[in-house]
Amino acid sequence: MTARQQLLDAAAQRVLIFDGAFGTQIQNRKLTEGDYAGDLGLLADQKGNNDILALTRPDVIGDITRAYLDAGSDVVSTNTFSANRISQADYAAEGLVRDINVASGKLARALADEYAARDGKPRFVAGAIGPTNKTLSLSPDVEDPGYREITFDDLVAVYREQAAALVEGGVDFILIETVFDTLNAKAGIMAVKQLERETGRDIPLMISMTLTDLSGRNLSGHTVEAFWYAVRHAKPLTIGLNCSFGAEQLRPHVKVLSQIADTLLMIYPNAGLPNELGEYDELPDTTAGLVKDWADHGQVNILGGCCGSSPAHIAAIARAVAKSEPRAVPSPEPAMRLAGLEPFTVAA
Amino acid sequence: MTQTSSSRFINIGERTNVTGSAAFKKLIMADDYAAAVEVARQQVENGAQVIDVNMDEGLLDAVHAMTTFLKLIAAEPDIARVPVMIDSSKFHVIEAGLKCVSGKPIVNSISMKEGEAQFLEQARICMDYGAAVVVMAFDEVGQADTKERKIEICKRAYDLLVAEGFPPEDIIFDPNIFAVATGIEEHNRYGLDFIEAVEEIKAQCPHAKTSGGLSNLSFSFRGNETVRRAMHSVFLYHAIPAGLDMAIVNAGQLDVYDQIDPALRDACEDVILMRRSDATERLIDLAESYKGKSVADEKAAEEWRGWAVEKRLEHALVKGIDAHIVDDTEIMRAAIAASGGRPIEVIEGPLMDGMNVVGDLFGSGKMFLPQVVKSARVMKKAVAHLIPYIEAEKDLLPEEERKAKGKIIMATVKGDVHDIGKNIVGVVLQCNGYDVIDLGVMVPWPTILASANDNKADMIGLSGLITPSLDEMVTVAEEMQRAGMTMPLLIGGATTSKVHTALKIDPAYEGPVIHVLDASRAVGVASKLLSDTQRDSYVAEVEDEYIGVRDARAGKTVSALLSLDEARANAFPANMAEKPAPPEQPGVHVFPDWSLEHLRTFIDWTPFFRAWELHGNYPAILTDEVVGETATQLFADANAMLDQIIAEKWLTARGVAGLWPCGRDGDDIVLSPFVSSEVETPVQGLSTSLEANGKHSARLPMLRQQVKKSRDRANMCLADFIDPNGDWIGGFAVGIHGIDPHSARFQADKDDYSDILLKALADRFAEAFAEALHQHVRTTLWGYAPGEQLTCEALIKEEYRGIRPAPGYPACPDHSLKPILFDLLDAPANTGLTLTESFAMWPTAAVSGFYFGHPEAQYFGVARVGRDQLEDYAARRGIDLATAERWLRPNLD
Repeated sequence: MTARQQLLDAAAQRVLIFDGAFGTQIQNRKLTEGDYAGDLGLLADQKGNNDILALTRPDVIGDITRAYLDAGSDVVSTNTFSANRISQADYAAEGLVRDINVASGKLARALADEYAARDGKPRFVAGAIGPTNKTLSLSPDVEDPGYREITFDDLVAVYREQAAALVEGGVDFILIETVFDTLNAKAGIMAVKQLERETGRDIPLMISMTLTDLSGRNLSGHTVEAFWYAVRHAKPLTIGLNCSFGAEQLRPHVKVLSQIADTLLMIYPNAGLPNELGEYDELPDTTAGLVKDWADHGQVNILGGCCGSSPAHIAAIARAVAKSEPRAVPSPEPAMRLAGLEPFTVAA
Repeated sequence: MTQTSSSRFINIGERTNVTGSAAFKKLIMADDYAAAVEVARQQVENGAQVIDVNMDEGLLDAVHAMTTFLKLIAAEPDIARVPVMIDSSKFHVIEAGLKCVSGKPIVNSISMKEGEAQFLEQARICMDYGAAVVVMAFDEVGQADTKERKIEICKRAYDLLVAEGFPPEDIIFDPNIFAVATGIEEHNRYGLDFIEAVEEIKAQCPHAKTSGGLSNLSFSFRGNETVRRAMHSVFLYHAIPAGLDMAIVNAGQLDVYDQIDPALRDACEDVILMRRSDATERLIDLAESYKGKSVADEKAAEEWRGWAVEKRLEHALVKGIDAHIVDDTEIMRAAIAASGGRPIEVIEGPLMDGMNVVGDLFGSGKMFLPQVVKSARVMKKAVAHLIPYIEAEKDLLPEEERKAKGKIIMATVKGDVHDIGKNIVGVVLQCNGYDVIDLGVMVPWPTILASANDNKADMIGLSGLITPSLDEMVTVAEEMQRAGMTMPLLIGGATTSKVHTALKIDPAYEGPVIHVLDASRAVGVASKLLSDTQRDSYVAEVEDEYIGVRDARAGKTVSALLSLDEARANAFPANMAEKPAPPEQPGVHVFPDWSLEHLRTFIDWTPFFRAWELHGNYPAILTDEVVGETATQLFADANAMLDQIIAEKWLTARGVAGLWPCGRDGDDIVLSPFVSSEVETPVQGLSTSLEANGKHSARLPMLRQQVKKSRDRANMCLADFIDPNGDWIGGFAVGIHGIDPHSARFQADKDDYSDILLKALADRFAEAFAEALHQHVRTTLWGYAPGEQLTCEALIKEEYRGIRPAPGYPACPDHSLKPILFDLLDAPANTGLTLTESFAMWPTAAVSGFYFGHPEAQYFGVARVGRDQLEDYAARRGIDLATAERWLRPNLD
């Protein structure tokens, strides 16, 4: 059976569990420049380049992934949020994009398979692709609103390189996450579509938007509903929201998306809002209580955590929703659903 | 034609099309993109739901022009909110455009002109970018002209696309509108062929849409705007019911079907519907009389200026002409004033009459949305002119009549921009003495709630015209519930209904929800809701009506409830060996003036900041990156005011606590008569007195959770924490007095900030007092925790033994127990607190509740209870069923 079908089958039975943050977990380990840089001989300092640890300290990434699997994650992600050519260039590591993604993919794959073999429950690997720090919809120059730092085609190539390496590493799905610019996500979709044609295989997509203001828009200005219509052509296996704020603030937007998206819904919020030191201090039970509310209302299929979440958060969420009914995927009437920054439906 | 078919019809703005607009072309050719962007903005403002962008001009670099323009409008939220139609005959221009558009656009167009392979390749690319497509009825042979060819090509294209996996609902067919009345006989059927083909294509291609470019139709009458406009309007009047979903059209080039000169209209209809063989000749002849400088138009223009003023207002509204509206409105106002009338009558009379005509025309498909938007703009101008007169009239009223009768927050909900109805309701309410705070359109719920709370509004009015607004209204209601609000919620707007309100909105919110049918009812509803005498009965009456609606619809989905007996069998088994010892100092203790200095140390600051929309926990919030500075300033101001409040003794904290022997009797807690002697208990340096008045005998019926619990969780009831074989219970009420003169002073100074600050601090004092008094009870009066040493944070986290649930809150949801508690405590005499008829405490900075001392006592929510418990409760409480139902409504199905 394909991973797509296995995930759909499992999601029909119960609310599935995604993993939590890598960043804060890595930070807690207080790694040194030596840990990061290893013997790669790169020309720039590597401290802070979390993704490169797949090559230099795979044990650290493996431990974290293990901790999430122990906590109950059904789906784990690769630690590759910034493993793209644009972000790696900041560390003079753009030549290692393929290596990092292949290694991360293999690492997560091996652990997922190990846990699945142990108890017979399928585990899945999502190859994580972040938004890069460039935006296709906005001008960085206030004087010239028509200017763009990067072109659509360039970004397609960047995403495609990363996605191909992740697939080579053995991931089940490509997760385009933390989408602050809807057009960037569309470039990611294009990249995966091209890759599918080239390789002749099905590469299921997971897409996750991030909101930048409480009214429920991302940085490029799209409402949750407009965003869904703008990416629905990808026929993603999951759509959802991540990062943004804490679960408390995401609640109304989860509800909206839950009602309209005719695919699985995956939500992984931050552990609350950061405190004055930029730290997340929402307790696992608090987060779990908040996301359980969605599960109890039949609004979600997959739950996990983003910034600030830990294996303890994931374990608490897994416990809280163990008995919850999964969301039933709705089947909306066919209608032409267009989008500017706001949705526009042409009635049937 | 039905209203839906015309309101569903989509106008695609064509002014940002170099082939359709000479003016736009000139701007683009001159590289004046700033002005070109303004053209797009105007289109959206004028009601275009999609904007067509076309840069196909031989002298232009179309890719550069297309991408530049699309990127520029992406930076304009007012424009970018609507979808784009990327229009070009060159596919590489389309693809370049697709790379710049972040939403889901429409591609216009692709066709089978170059064969199936290229057609499908282009369709697949559109699919990869996530775009809907316009498919021209064009094949390898050429453009479809006859009805049969149009249908055949579209059906073939449809089958190919659907087989390729293209979503059928994302296909729009353009079966080609060609020029009619050209003098060439084969062209005569073009109009009719299009209309008939549309009908058949819609039937044969499920979910697909149809569109057309209207200006071709009247090509042979170039220069004769009157005839062209008439032809376009007549064509749409017949094509829309046949299934035409959208058209690229200049909204300014449309006339109201009913208002076209009947002779011209007939002649156009003869041509388009091919009703007679000499139709073309007749229209051409007739067209002569409209030729040149639109003589007829000018004549008509002069003519309407000579009509009576009421008629002129109507004409201006229907035609969307704003040139004379202010003058005419003023003439009307003066005329009404001269005959002793009021300025509001201009709105209620001629202006509303005019808008009704617009509504009727729109409803019957004879006017289109952009025209209605124009009418609305004219209406707004007229109303704006009248507002100062209406305000001035208010100023002439005596002081007491001028005082607002109530404060109403009005908003068009998020996702909706229709505000005419809301504005009219707002004006009507204002004219009747209500203070209306209009939040405008597209208002998200947090703004509505915050504004209602900040303004201490009496009610909220939500408006919306589109269907999704209905769900948004439910969300607002849910959030009001979640925020613990109780003010009435008024629902109005075209798609709202009593049924929807009853089924969806009312159940989401425990406070009153009232559907207001139209503007004329708004005043009646508002006045009843604000009337001390009529409010409760009115709310109950509406609620009954809604329950009736719900019952009529009952699908009766009920989550499992245990029977009351089963629930009682699953009561919480508190270990009575652990129950607290009898109090050290039983009876009632009065604290006439608790030290504010002492209470200050008990203040929980987090809710104080939340009240100011500053989110975060104290003290961390003071150094928060985002709100830290504001929070720190606020905290400093609050402390400065606290210093002053304490030093100058602005406020008085009055409280009372009582401890009485009791026993559990089923789910009732029965207080035994208790008499004691006068005792002096010095607390915080203040004298307190203990009184014995023999009132301390009462029965407190409690409610039990009835929702089926999982596993080993109990169905709780507060009575479970009381020993049937003798126990103790307590009660308290605290209130903060004295804010009124200071509040009045601040208001007189227009110092809202200090006023709100004072009230927020009074609330904090009340909560702090409840905390301090509870501690005093635990350590001293009851004394079951004599050695308790808890920090302020630990207190806030309730890390102590015992609870103090309040009547009206989840564990004890019946507010009507408050009078019994007040009686036991003799609270009005001892604390100066009174209860309103709906059991709210006055002054509002007040807290009351019961004390339970059992170590296992905990907070819980009673939630839904069954009919059996309702009846049992009514009997125990000694009230009739209807009253019990009213009091327990939130806990009933």
